[in-house]
Amino acid sequence: MSVTTPRAYMAPVHRSPFSGLRDAWAITGRNLIVYRRVPTLLVFTLIQPVVFVLLFRYVFGGAIAVPGGVPYVDYLMPGIFVQTVAFGATNTAIGLATDVKSGLLERFHSLPMARSAVLTGRTFADLVRNVLVVALMAVVGVLVGFRVQTNALLFLAGVLIVLMFAYAFSWIFATVGLAIGDPESAQAATFPVLAPLVFASSVFVPVSSMPSWLQGFATYQPVSVTANAARALMLGGPTLSWVLQSIAWCAGIVIVCAPLAVWLYRRTN
Amino acid sequence: MSDAAILVEGLTKRFGTVAALDGIDFEVPAGSVFGLLGPNGAGKTTAVRVLATILRPDGGHAEVMGYDVVRQDAQVRFQIGLAGQSAAVDANLTGRENLRLIGKLAQMRRADVGPRADELLERFDLSQAADRPVRTYSGGMRRRLDVAAALVQRPPVLFLDEPTTGLDIQSRTELWAVIRELVAEGATVLLTTQYLEEADRLADRIAVVDHGHIVANDTSAALKAHLAGTVIEIGMGTEEMASRAHEVLVRAVADHPQRDGTMVRLTSNEGPSALIETLRLLDSNSLTPATLTVREPSLDDAFLALTGRTAEEDPQRGRVA
Repeated sequence: MSVTTPRAYMAPVHRSPFSGLRDAWAITGRNLIVYRRVPTLLVFTLIQPVVFVLLFRYVFGGAIAVPGGVPYVDYLMPGIFVQTVAFGATNTAIGLATDVKSGLLERFHSLPMARSAVLTGRTFADLVRNVLVVALMAVVGVLVGFRVQTNALLFLAGVLIVLMFAYAFSWIFATVGLAIGDPESAQAATFPVLAPLVFASSVFVPVSSMPSWLQGFATYQPVSVTANAARALMLGGPTLSWVLQSIAWCAGIVIVCAPLAVWLYRRTN
Repeated sequence: MSDAAILVEGLTKRFGTVAALDGIDFEVPAGSVFGLLGPNGAGKTTAVRVLATILRPDGGHAEVMGYDVVRQDAQVRFQIGLAGQSAAVDANLTGRENLRLIGKLAQMRRADVGPRADELLERFDLSQAADRPVRTYSGGMRRRLDVAAALVQRPPVLFLDEPTTGLDIQSRTELWAVIRELVAEGATVLLTTQYLEEADRLADRIAVVDHGHIVANDTSAALKAHLAGTVIEIGMGTEEMASRAHEVLVRAVADHPQRDGTMVRLTSNEGPSALIETLRLLDSNSLTPATLTVREPSLDDAFLALTGRTAEEDPQRGRVA
């Protein structure tokens, strides 16, 4: 007896050179369809940052002094962009943990697709969502009085820095989501990581107002340097050092977390 | 390179201290259905995961269509479709979107993906629901889509991991019909199941798995014949009559008749001749049975004989995979 191919089947036996990108694109599309099917998901992602804007602009803002005579709303908004995408990265963890739990990743594992596509497709989709979220937050910012003090081009450069940070950050949470593998636990696990990074930072208040033992961490951690970089690009002031520090952090995060996430993905089951 | 569509030799896989697979061997000829039958935690799903390249085995060797599942895992993935417990569909996507996504990821030509999805939706009676998100589907519809998803790229080897667990009788019967059609078209199917009836109806050969071991591997008919013969139950109406019938039969029939209240029961590997002999003896002693039951052994009987448990009985341990 010999192996007979029972039916004419269409599957090629090798992947084409661009199949990695094609697969990542297919997974990206699949991850974005969720927002069309369940629009409330997107609405809820937006409510939280809007509440933060209103809270800090109108409730706490009056009590917060920022150096250099900058209006607080202008100080706040670049920080809010960073805070929004940092909290939004939770979605990466929850999305991947959900796929682990549902068994969808097992099916993907059994398909002749690029191994990296599940992770790149996830992080690409979250990047697309972040573009939308940051655009909407910019509109909200203008409505509450935020004004760019440099120019449109530098503002866009600031948005790019925020998006680059968002992409790097989603790799941290891809790792968390895969490591935990359960959506509820993954969501719970993100807060202890996010809270110190977002609140012990220059997002809402100047670091100089913090106790000295906290200032070192608060000044150089990735959320602060990215907020400072975006702020400098949008409001003016010394820029290059913050931008370089932010790029260095993002590169470092991806270099550490991407291989870790891929390793976790391979051994997930 | 072996002749078999699936070849498994001495496969082992441990999870911590539990040996989910403790050295299993089997072979599945192309174009046949092979059933892995066993309770939860027996190792069936682990075997499927290893063969589908999802899990790496600790030891042993396995091939699918001649490709090694460890060294040639990329090629193996072009040969297989996976459905059931080990795989899922995306609840937020529609049925059509799910099938198209699988088609794309299975590296089908773009132009073939759409028509193939439509064809499968039609065949699995899902055309009406094709553009609804899967989370609105019933359990039976979801399972049909799941099996359809395993077929998108027309893989020559199918792994159906407990495809009907949790389905009602009607959905189960429908799915069985589909599986038979696939086999008629020449697919090689590895089916895992906890249901003896399912293995009996669908599989050409059945391996009974228990605690990571294969305790039997044969055709359904042979398993039944080896492990238990035809059961003849004679009701005599009263204990006294039953006792007289038992005496007559014990002297003349080789198959150790047993009395149980008003019943006399005997199990024989030559059912028909044993039945004739039994009735002739009773008649010549002027004993007339009140009731008479003859039944072929079920796989339940076989499973009980092999493992000391019924298949539905859950062993006192968690699922390992």
